[in-house]
This record gives sequence, C-alpha cells and structure tokens, in this order.
Amino acid sequence: MSTNGTITPSSLSLKDLHWQIDWNKEACTLCGQCTAVCPVKAIELGVFRKRQVEVPLGLTGKVENRYSLFYGVRQKTEPKHACIGCGMCSQVCPNDAILPRRNDESDKQRYHTDQGGQPLTRGGRRKSEGAGILDRIKFTRISMLTDPALDAGRHEFEIKTLLGRVLPPKEQLQRHLKGEWVPPVREIYPLVIGGMSFGALSPTMWEGLQMGVAYLNEELGMPVRICTGEGGCPPRLLRSEFLKYVILQVASGYFGWDEIIHAIPEMKVDPCAIEIKYGQGAKPGDGGLLMWHKVNKLIAAIRGVPTGVSLPSPPTHQTQYSIEESVAKMIQSMSMAWGFRVPVYPKISASSTSLAVLNNLTRNPYAAGLAIDGEDGGTGAAYNVSMNHMGHPIASSLRDCYKTLVEIGMENELPLSAGGGIGKNGNLAANAASLIMLGASMVQTGKYVMQAAAGCLGSESDRCNVCNLGICPKGITSQDPRLYRRLDPEHVAQRVVDMYLSFDTELKKIIAPLGRSTSLPIGMSDALGIDDRDAAERLDIKYMV
Amino acid sequence: MCRLFAITSEDPVSPMVALEALDVMREGHDGSGVGLFLRDLGGPFETMKDAPILSGIFTEAGLRRLDVKMMEKGFITKYKISFKLDKTPPEGIPKRGIYLIRAYEYPDEWEEWTWERKQTELTRIRLELRGMGEEEKDMIVFSFWPDVIMIKEIGDPLTVGRYLKLDANDIQARIVMAQGRQNTNYAINLYACHPFFVQGFSTMTNGENTAFIPIREFLQKRGFEGYMGFNSDSEVFTHILHYMQKELGLGLEFYKHIITPLAGDALASHPNADLLTQLKQTCRRLIIDGPNCVIGSLPDHSLFMVQDRKKLRPGVIGGRPGTYAYSSEICGLDSAIPDRDKSKDFQPMYLDTAIVGPDRQEVQICRQTERLHLPH
Repeated sequence: MSTNGTITPSSLSLKDLHWQIDWNKEACTLCGQCTAVCPVKAIELGVFRKRQVEVPLGLTGKVENRYSLFYGVRQKTEPKHACIGCGMCSQVCPNDAILPRRNDESDKQRYHTDQGGQPLTRGGRRKSEGAGILDRIKFTRISMLTDPALDAGRHEFEIKTLLGRVLPPKEQLQRHLKGEWVPPVREIYPLVIGGMSFGALSPTMWEGLQMGVAYLNEELGMPVRICTGEGGCPPRLLRSEFLKYVILQVASGYFGWDEIIHAIPEMKVDPCAIEIKYGQGAKPGDGGLLMWHKVNKLIAAIRGVPTGVSLPSPPTHQTQYSIEESVAKMIQSMSMAWGFRVPVYPKISASSTSLAVLNNLTRNPYAAGLAIDGEDGGTGAAYNVSMNHMGHPIASSLRDCYKTLVEIGMENELPLSAGGGIGKNGNLAANAASLIMLGASMVQTGKYVMQAAAGCLGSESDRCNVCNLGICPKGITSQDPRLYRRLDPEHVAQRVVDMYLSFDTELKKIIAPLGRSTSLPIGMSDALGIDDRDAAERLDIKYMV
Repeated sequence: MCRLFAITSEDPVSPMVALEALDVMREGHDGSGVGLFLRDLGGPFETMKDAPILSGIFTEAGLRRLDVKMMEKGFITKYKISFKLDKTPPEGIPKRGIYLIRAYEYPDEWEEWTWERKQTELTRIRLELRGMGEEEKDMIVFSFWPDVIMIKEIGDPLTVGRYLKLDANDIQARIVMAQGRQNTNYAINLYACHPFFVQGFSTMTNGENTAFIPIREFLQKRGFEGYMGFNSDSEVFTHILHYMQKELGLGLEFYKHIITPLAGDALASHPNADLLTQLKQTCRRLIIDGPNCVIGSLPDHSLFMVQDRKKLRPGVIGGRPGTYAYSSEICGLDSAIPDRDKSKDFQPMYLDTAIVGPDRQEVQICRQTERLHLPH
C-alpha cells in the first residue's frame, strides 16, 4: 500500500505474520513449484519493479533513473493466506531458495484469525512447548549387582496386555469350569493406534495404516490393534478377516454405524472391541468435527450422510440421559449386538470427573475397560480455544483412576487405556512405559503415528495444523486425490512396521534393566522418579534430584 | 545372592544339618542373617502335634505382656524350650531377651471348633501379638501354628545355631528349611528374613521379585488379613501359594502357572490351554518377575522347588528314598547327604516344579507343559 492509502484493522505486514518466507533471489530458478505446492496459497508469483539511479562517470551527463523488473516470490499478508510454516515450498524447491521462518517476536496475526466472526479452528495438539511431565519421569529402579539385568536383545519378553473385563480369580475359574459365560478378553499389544476416522484421514493413509497393522499381526506376530475413530469402516474391511485387528468406534454422531450394523450378519470375524467415545482429550466436552471440504462421495457413503456438508458430532450422545443410562445402555446394546463376544468400553476425556465414570464402570459387569484421553491428544479438527485451554493432563487422571481401582481391588478387572500426548516430544516408548507403570494397561496414540508413519508436519508451536481444511500438504488428512496421491500406502505401512519394531525394542530397553520381562509392568510405580517434589507427591512416585 | 537349604527326612534331623550346609555354601551369602522353618517335629513335640506353637523373640516386658494376653485368651502353656545362652552373644549377633518356642493347649471352647475356624483364629492371634510387639518394640512373632517352629536371627548361620545350641535343645524336625542371607539393606528387620509363613504355608527365596509392588497391591485387597507385612519382596511368594491353595483350591502343580505362566505357542498348545489362559488373565497381577529360586513347604508336608521363568538362580535336589534335600549348590547337598546317588541329582529348570511328597520316596517333576488335574 502507499503511505496515504487506506488500511483496515486486519491489514497486516510481513512482520506481523507468524511465519515469514525467506526467499533467495539469487538461487531461485523461477520454476514456480513452491507457489503451486503451497497449501494455503501464501506465496504467489511476484513481479517486482526496481529503480536504479545511474550516475554517468565524470558527471558528463544527467543522473537518470532506470527502471527494471524482476520476478520472484511474494508472500501474501491476508490472514486467510498466512503462511502455516509447513515448509512444503522448501521441500519442492530444486535450489533450496525458499524457507519459512518463525517470527522473532509475538505475531499480530493471532488477533485476526476470527474473520467473519468465526473463531479459529484447526487440527493438531494443544499449543505447548518443552518437556511435559511424562518426558520428565525417569526409570530409576534399575537392577544392578544385586541381580543380573535382563538382556533386551536375547531374553524372552511378554509384551502383551489385556483388553476386556477380567473377573476376580475365584469367580473367573468357577465360571470357566462350569462352562458359563466369561467376559471376552483380548490379548493385544499395549500400544494401540488411537481413533482416527476414515474421513479425517485420507484413503491412502487409512489403507497404509491397515496394511501396516495387518503385517505386524500376520507376519511378525505382534497383536497390534487400530481404532477406527468415528467415521465408520469401509465395507470390505467389515467383511474381511482383518476386522479382528480393528476396534470399531461409535461416537455421538453414529457416523457409519448404519453400514456396520448391516454388515454384522456378514462378518467373518468379530472386531477386536467396540470403543464408545464420550470425549476426546484434545477437545473435551466437544463433539467430533468433519468439515464439509472433506465430505466427498466416498466419505458420505461410508458415513451415511449427504456429500458436502459439515459433520459435527454432538457434544454428547443423544440417547444420554444420565451416566447410568448412557454407560449401561450403550455398553449392553453393543455387547448384545455381537452376542457378548466383543469387549465394549467407553473412552472419555481426562477430566476431574473421570473418577465418577470409573466408579460407575466398576459396578457394570459388562464394561470392558476405560480409555482416558489427556489434554495433549491430537485431533483432526477443533476450536483452537478448546484445544489450548480445555482438558486435563493424562498422568494424574490416569494415576487417580488406577489408585482408585487398587483401593477397591479391581485393578486387574478393569483395564485402563491412556492416551493424549504420548510421544509428543518424540519419546514414544518412554512416555508409554511411564503411563504403564503409573497404571495403564495400554496406551493409545494417533498423532505420533501420523508423524512417524506418514510424515505429518504439524507441531505444538503452530506449524501446519490444517488437518481440518482438507489441504494437508502430505495427503494424510485430505480427501483431495491430488493431495492424497502424494502418500503411498505401501510406504505408510512400512513406516508403521518400523515404528512398532523400534518401539518394541525401546520398551524392552526400558523394562529389561528394571528386571521385568515375564509380564508388562503395569502399576510398577516403584520404578519411577521425577525431579519435581509436587509432581512426585501427586503421582505417588519417588522424588529424586 | 542368598543361599537356601531344605531337607525332608523320615527320621527327624537337627536344624544344624541345614546350618552346616549353609556354612559350606558361605561364599554365596554374607552371614548377615539366618532363618529356620521346622515342621513335622520330632523330640518332645512329637507327642503334641496338634498344639499350636508360638515362635518369636521377646524382651522381659514383652514376655510378661504375652503371658497376660495368652491367659486372657485361655491358652495354657503345654511345653516350652529354654535356650541357655552365653551371657555375651558372639560377634555379629545382637543381644536379645528371650528366644521363645512354646507349645500351648487350646482354650476349652476351641475344642468344638472346626480346623478352618481354628486356622483363622490362630492367624488373628499371631497378627495381634505382632501388632502389640511392633507398638512397644518388645515382641517379634514368627509363627503360631501346630507342629511348626521358626527361628530367625541376625548373624552368621552356623554361629547363630551354635549360640542357640540348636543341636542340644531337642529341636528336631523331619522338614527343615533354612536361608542364609545376603543382606542388601543396611538395617535388618527380622520380619524381612526368610522363610515366610502364613497358615501352614512357608516359602523362602533366593532372588529378587521385581514385580513386588503390583503384587502387593493386589494381595492387600484380597480380604485376608494374613497378607500383610510385605517386609520383603519375597514374602508374596508365600502369600500367592496360600491364595492359590486356600482361595482358589488349586494344587501345587498350578503354582508355576500363576507366578510364571506359559506364553505364546507353549500356552496355546497346552492340553489345558483354555483353563490356563483364563488363569493367566485373572491372576495376571500375581505374575512374578526377576531371578528367583523358591523353596516351599505345604501343610501336607510336601516340599518343593520352583524357578523363575528364565531360571536365573541355582538350585538342586538330591537324596535317596526317605531323605531328600534341596540346596542352592551341590556342595550343600554333599554336606547333608553325602551318600546319595549323585547321578540322580536334579536341577529344576524354568518349567519344572520339583516336589518331594509326604512319603519322601521320590522327587516328582511336574513340567508346566503337562496336562493338569483339574480343580473341582
């Protein structure tokens, strides 16, 4: 703009943006790939006019202005085109001539993301940086000279857990011997791929995850399970042998459940379990959200909805009148649908009310467990404010629940599954082991899988996080074939396998020195320490400096 | 490591046999403590098999409080062993008040009681006395049970035995279990010394149970007051044995299936795979971990040895019909039963439960992969 031009309140300069583009004119080949790949069209072809003052030698003539043009890349400053820092421009640039750079001061863009009165929505995780509590927990009870440490590479390890209601020993044995019904229990790998829906994820991503999980089970003997999230399940998978590796999720929108219910008579195998989602750690008290951009024909067909409409799941199940009714009725209905052969458990957001749900479940003989999702969990779409400010850390919520179960002697009967920010800083195995030793029977992670298995670029410091808009530059959360073709499902599957194998080794490297191998060290809180007295007291673990 | 020795013999033997065997194995323990468990007693106790025997260590004041308490409950002393000790204990052994081994006659009203009820009440009294002792620091109570004597003390096993004159005191038993301790704590709590005892079940361990905390948490809520103390991570082996037999009604061949269950294909191909899968799931919190060799004694006078899932601790059984011994090392066995057929010595591996039954005629090996006798 010119100095006497008009500015609007939301007129921003490059300096006001969160991400700024560094572009090197000398190296740029003007190939245009960066502007083509940019998911938010933050950059465009720039035509720059340049004045050069030419002074003749010896002042023999008049000083003249010479005008020239050059072409390059110009960054837009409107909030809707603000750079998201994904760095795809850099990825495609043949000469490394372009790179987004984070503003060196607090940006002004954040005050203008609510154009039209719409608060910012995004994907990703709660904004936070630095080590969390889980990253700070150390494993301190290491067998030294008193006993030989185990060898993570050579010894036998039983890295499995149980999903399903387990009865007290006497009752379980009596029922078994009398041939009576005992609740279904699945023996599974303790790291579960958490619910990410078909719709939130692209078809290639979903296919890659499923292939990876199938390979882990069939070829490597690792009983890894994956949850569908709320979005149904492709009809062929519902009717395949591989359904046994899948946890079907039902949530308040019941998306896809028409298809699932109709497929029950044709199912060759039972699903691993049914997860009833009441809450999600990233946006507790808020329902799922699939923006209209992503609801194409395929998604609409699987979910049983019209195309091109936003699909917000209600914050609560419509049938829910009370906790008793909600939990009892839904768990029983789902159990009945599969002839009481499939474990059914609820998933809730970690909250100061988690214990109320837990106490209710302990009295429900059909409840197969409780999944708790902490505030650092990821999501495909949520209001920024929900993501950043709503929720409860997983560590203390899980610990409270576990200690309550211990107090009533039911810690083996109702398995707890913990999720929400596991591996947020890359420490997947360490975070998982901490939660297991705090009392989790298993852990769930979704975001880490996206990052490790598909190269998701999102971060907790406002990078990318546009999963909700269907413009995922890696094709992970997009329904646009031009984008999701970038993601080869075979490669995703390969990375899922890599991720699990490396997790397995790292987990053994943690539990072997603790002298544990015969069973998963659930609740082995004597192994844990932290350099924060308050945290140690809160979690009932050792304080150490 | 600690060192273990146990013997089961048709003819009563002195506990010194076990202490001498421990002494032979002294490279494997540091002489910081010893525990003895005697059952199926000989000598003067031969004629009073039903009389509950209180074993412990008391101060003068503690003994007076004990007498008052027992009189209140209607117990009358039937027989007691008097230890005539030197005024100054040998180096390494603390000076105590009275080492008590005293058989009682049941109160009159107990005569009508079932054995089940008597067991419950005997346990309750032991715990009550233990609680009293912990309050005033004047009593340590190891056991209160018919036909069972327990002695525990800090110091070198053989020196302790000689100091207490165990060879001269008419203390003899057909089953003796002894542990020589390798101390890994600065201060020794006698309640942390093996063997451990609950309602006729006793075990001792050489090892470390790294799954102690989750197991303790589980046992504490089983509704049985005898699962207490937890002064040692090995104490839960006794509790699990008791829980399995008394609460679940399962035989000894199930013990390994609870503490170190089969995994993977071995479990899937077991003739009782369904039952064992259920058992593994429902008793998951009782799975032990770490290196452990466990020797235990049952109320029916069986003696057994099991190893951890990886067999990380030494243990051998040998003997002849009538007399068998379990030992951490072969030299311990050689000391106690030199004239045996050594070719029949057996070292239980990770799937084995080695049992010498009440008849003491053979070593039965129960492999975990074998078909089980189902409970009723």
